[in-house]
Amino acid sequence: MRFMFKTDYEDDIKLFPHGGYIVTYGILLAFLAVAPFVLSSYLVSQMVFVFIYATVGVGLMILTGFTGQASLGHAAFLAIGAYTAGYLQQYNVPFPVYFLVAGVLTGTVGAMVGFPALRLQGIYLVIATISFAFIIEEILARWESVTHGNEGMRVKALQFLGTTVSRDSPSFYFLCLAVLAITILATLNLLRSPTGRAFVAIRDSETAARSMGVNVSLYKVKSFAISAAITGFAGVLFAHKLSFISPEMFTLQLSIEFIIVILIGGAFSPHGAVLGAIFIVMIDPFLTYLKDDVPGMIAAVAATFGAGAEMAATIKTNVAAFASANGLKGAIYGVIIVVFVLFEPLGLYGRWLKIKLFFQLFPLYKRATFKRQKIYVKSERNR
Amino acid sequence: MLDFVQQLVSGIALGCVYGLIALGFVLVYKATEVVNFAQGDLMMLGGFFAFTFIGILGLNYWLGFVGAVIAMALFGMLAERVVVRPILGYPQFSIIMATIGLGYFLRSMAGIIWGTDDLKIETPFSQGVLRIGSLVLAYDKLSVIAATIILCALLYLFFNRTTLGTAMRASSENMLAAYYMGIPVKRVVSIVWAISAAVATAAGVLLAPITFIHSNVGLVLGLKAFPAAVLGGFGSIPGAVVGGVLIGVIESMAGFYLPQGWKDVAPYLVLLIVLLLKPEGLFGHHARKKV
Repeated sequence: MRFMFKTDYEDDIKLFPHGGYIVTYGILLAFLAVAPFVLSSYLVSQMVFVFIYATVGVGLMILTGFTGQASLGHAAFLAIGAYTAGYLQQYNVPFPVYFLVAGVLTGTVGAMVGFPALRLQGIYLVIATISFAFIIEEILARWESVTHGNEGMRVKALQFLGTTVSRDSPSFYFLCLAVLAITILATLNLLRSPTGRAFVAIRDSETAARSMGVNVSLYKVKSFAISAAITGFAGVLFAHKLSFISPEMFTLQLSIEFIIVILIGGAFSPHGAVLGAIFIVMIDPFLTYLKDDVPGMIAAVAATFGAGAEMAATIKTNVAAFASANGLKGAIYGVIIVVFVLFEPLGLYGRWLKIKLFFQLFPLYKRATFKRQKIYVKSERNR
Repeated sequence: MLDFVQQLVSGIALGCVYGLIALGFVLVYKATEVVNFAQGDLMMLGGFFAFTFIGILGLNYWLGFVGAVIAMALFGMLAERVVVRPILGYPQFSIIMATIGLGYFLRSMAGIIWGTDDLKIETPFSQGVLRIGSLVLAYDKLSVIAATIILCALLYLFFNRTTLGTAMRASSENMLAAYYMGIPVKRVVSIVWAISAAVATAAGVLLAPITFIHSNVGLVLGLKAFPAAVLGGFGSIPGAVVGGVLIGVIESMAGFYLPQGWKDVAPYLVLLIVLLLKPEGLFGHHARKKV
């Protein structure tokens, strides 16, 4: 018999709680290893985007999910990473060097944002990060000698060890996969280290953390820096994948998409970042599918329920018109965000854990295990 | 000199617009400690409602105005009931995300229903200018300034002099304690959302001749209203308007005297500096957390 719950500290910090995990992740890894040679090039390309978004998601998760500091400015960190890559590449700097420089530079900027953020909480922090992102966006548009302004910047294919790695090649796919895997492993290790424990303590109660001797300011700045650096690494890959970058790519919209990644996936585990990234990348193909196929299907259903041919045709045109309306993507985003915040704040991965626990404990599962604590807050002005 | 005064006045007019939107933020924040990221979009929706009543149904301007305000007040209550109430008492970030989601939804639904063209409402203020010496002031801008002052005064009195206003302040200080004192907190929150949607609608209708109505107008102006609200101290009604005017003047001065590009960044730079030096804003009050 396997114990369902943790019995000692070793259990809590194991990367693989039991052998089953090694088998599942092995299968997943094997699938990912053959994927670029089996799947269509379109799907492989989408998977690369999933890896990049998931990397950003993990980075954002360290800050928002584990340290409890909200940020709506991560598009700016991504932009700094991407532009560093684009700029240094012009001077034939080798890939490993500018990859690292991008991470270090973004991390430094992140720490610089972290310092002023020390005094800010909740909503003020959100607004400050939004402002920061706006300012970076404007700098990118105006600093033309470096960024080429609104015309944007071409990013050449990646050069590594004398070979050219094109953005659609399997090598690039494996590079992104490796970056994601290393990021996730590093994050998991970070979280079971004293630093990670301090992050979680700050999230749960800053006052309590401080009275336990956690240097809150130091760890908040660290969290900002690490989160930004990971996003910067992702930015380099993002630039190479798109092969063209311009300021209007890195808007508030993108920052919100990153938040959606961890909101929908679940902000408490890297699994969540991956699930959320899959969701956000796949929503576009899904909407295309919706436009093309669903009107016909609905009309067919209507016909089987006794609607006349004429009526079915009307239904089909109306649904098609609705599905191809310009703003539909925004509406679907909106509804999904609201539904997840209201009904599944732990995200897709949280839902999966609940289902799993239900079967593991079969007659003993109780809903209260995952119940959120309601705190009818006293004014945050008095914090 | 004349240039300066003209810039100053147009900055004040622009600032009053930000102030009006910031008023909506402040109302909701004052009563529930929730920041409504969809405030700008409520304004946009109010404008579309007024357009429907006045431009499509052909009602009189004032009748359409009142109709839009009432309709939006009801809509505000509905939005609160569906989106905000279930998560009241959960971490603030959840509520921010929920209102961002609401904003997305409203924007794209408005785009689908009313189309993506710029719409215009015929108002009594659309034409004509007031001349003082060589200063030129358009009536539509003056109407915004006047309405801002009136609304601000009314709301200030409402919050400080009426029972309902006091109840709202009490529930913002401590929801649970207010509930124990017999204040129907849920109903209070609902009313606050109605008022804030009504204020947003007033802003939207007054703005219609200046910015026109399109589905993204709320997003653009709403994001500019944030610095205004923060500058004024997020919980203060006069502060919102003063902050709005300051931001408006800064923006208009930066556009005139500084190189291109500063105009858009200046409000956010000011915001960051204010957050660094005086996070509680100009009119906010600061208190320590008790453990």
